[in-house]
Amino acid sequence: MTNPNGRFGIHGGQYIPETLMNAVIELEEAYDHYKNDEEFNNELRTLFNEYANRPSRLYYAEKMTKDLGGAKIYLKREDLNHTGAHKINNVLGQALLAKKMGKTRLIAETGAGQHGVATATAAALMGLECVVFMGEEDTKRQALNVYRMKLLGADVVPVTSGTATLKDAVSEAMREWTSRISDTHYCLGSVMGPHPFPTIVRDFQAVISKEIKEQIVEKEGRLPDAVIACVGGGSNAIGSFYHFIEDEGVRLIGCEAAGRGVDTFETAATIATGKLGIFHGMKSYFCQDEYGQIAPVYSISAGLDYPGVGPEHAYLHDINRAEYVPVTDEEAVEAFEYLAKMEGIIPAIESAHAVAHARKIAKTFDKDQIIVITVSGRGDKDCAAIARYRGEDIYE
Amino acid sequence: MSKIKNAFENKKAFIPFITCGDPDLETTKKIVKAAVDNGADLIELGIPFSDPTAEGPVIQGANLRALKGGVTTDKIFDLVRELRQDITIPMVFMTYANVVYSYGAEKFIKTCNEIGMDGIILPDLPYEEKEEFEDVCEKYDVDLISLIAPTSKNRIAMIAKEAKGFIYVVSSLGVTGMRTEIKTDLKSIVDIIKDNTDVPCAIGFGISTPEQAKKMADISDGAIVGSAIIKIIAEHGKEAAPFVGEYVKSMKDAIR
Repeated sequence: MTNPNGRFGIHGGQYIPETLMNAVIELEEAYDHYKNDEEFNNELRTLFNEYANRPSRLYYAEKMTKDLGGAKIYLKREDLNHTGAHKINNVLGQALLAKKMGKTRLIAETGAGQHGVATATAAALMGLECVVFMGEEDTKRQALNVYRMKLLGADVVPVTSGTATLKDAVSEAMREWTSRISDTHYCLGSVMGPHPFPTIVRDFQAVISKEIKEQIVEKEGRLPDAVIACVGGGSNAIGSFYHFIEDEGVRLIGCEAAGRGVDTFETAATIATGKLGIFHGMKSYFCQDEYGQIAPVYSISAGLDYPGVGPEHAYLHDINRAEYVPVTDEEAVEAFEYLAKMEGIIPAIESAHAVAHARKIAKTFDKDQIIVITVSGRGDKDCAAIARYRGEDIYE
Repeated sequence: MSKIKNAFENKKAFIPFITCGDPDLETTKKIVKAAVDNGADLIELGIPFSDPTAEGPVIQGANLRALKGGVTTDKIFDLVRELRQDITIPMVFMTYANVVYSYGAEKFIKTCNEIGMDGIILPDLPYEEKEEFEDVCEKYDVDLISLIAPTSKNRIAMIAKEAKGFIYVVSSLGVTGMRTEIKTDLKSIVDIIKDNTDVPCAIGFGISTPEQAKKMADISDGAIVGSAIIKIIAEHGKEAAPFVGEYVKSMKDAIR
């Protein structure tokens, strides 16, 4: 899908300061070498299976299926991975790559904190230094994850610039990388940023769709009719979609965070409300004003609270291969509560956006059709925030 | 041929950076005039961006203040029209790729030509992506300024060979902002540049004192100063013009 210049159609590219150019070139060369290296792939597979608990389960949600009265619902349980989300897939890959490159320090941005926790985890495991940049607003929303990162030995730097959320954490991590390149790898957490990050992160997350394909064929003897995942930058979604892109009968549906609604300013639904632009190293769709100033986006979910979307998603949208739909805070919170009561699974509020859309469309499918929802993470981290949303004041 | 070379003709250039609209456009106008009156050779006008990823805290602050004050690209074009009534030295814009892209690259660069802007610096547009705006810049005779960094190494010659206007040599790793010491071996970077082009080069990032400016101008064709000026503006607000003027004079005197 990637062409040599890191483009997905017109999207992608390398719009970064000259200071970083040799760093991304070095990274691209290292990745091109190691992605075909048998020893690297064996090590990574062992980490995935023995450390991160892969393959993750593909669970048939029987009660939910009956309740919704349409398609058979399967849940891809990325929430059962070590550290509780899909983020670990990418991080183990990048940390191993960084180590092979001789880097001794990882820096990362984080929104909900899941990527930060995963990076801190991999750093602890591999004996690397770790610094995580997190919007100050998010350090409050996700205080538990801040503590987890510190417990794992990472430094957490609260970012106060801009809107003090994910986009500002990305900006700050990029700034830090320009000041310290020789020993530091920027472990970017989503399928975004300058080439080669969107490709590297996609490849490490593609294990999700590879497993779904094998598991669903084993259980049902056929491919699913739809795969649904939430999209912020879009790493769990591209991971869930990737091996199905060639299977045109499989609908690929990405759920964006609409916040308080796409007709309000308090939204983070990039494909629904954004326009083409250049930011954070890539050409893609961004929420922005008429002069190209990046919009201060909003979502109840710190992990989806980002004003852009990965370039490969922008491309899949352009060619109509994937559909992108907005899901509001209220719908996501209802789905969060629904899955907890219906299946005994508390999803991350990010993943709840995908569950919410499945609830809307399941009935439009026949009973012999199959929907796979990727539950990208677990929801323990969100309980206090959802309680507050419902007017209950609980201590974390 | 652009006017930018005039800034370097038989002299070392002093290049102040000023964020448009910090604290307001009326003050920016006075500051630019004060800088020109006190010996600035080329003016770098910043169009604020919401998320300036190459800037340190000082210039980030200026961007934020300017945007809060309601500055837009169109209002800055109007400011330049007014400035051009009596300022003749070369001027370039410094902004981010999305500001140009979202305005429509052709419309933006065509306007630059009409109002008398001589070049544009986009820190998030490296050599590999310059074709994004290169053709329109050539069409309207606006120089797309190249940057060279301490990490550029094997890329210096390639960038220098295609450079237009002047080359912005980034003195240090990291973002803009004042530094007590500049450790990069800039002399050898400039030597490679000189082997590959006649386009002048000026050093920026981290320069704040006359001594630093002199040192940088001695090994190159000029010195660029941003954060130190923005700090004066942040301190004195609407009354900043004479203070910036005085500072520009001290810097220009040092490199003369």
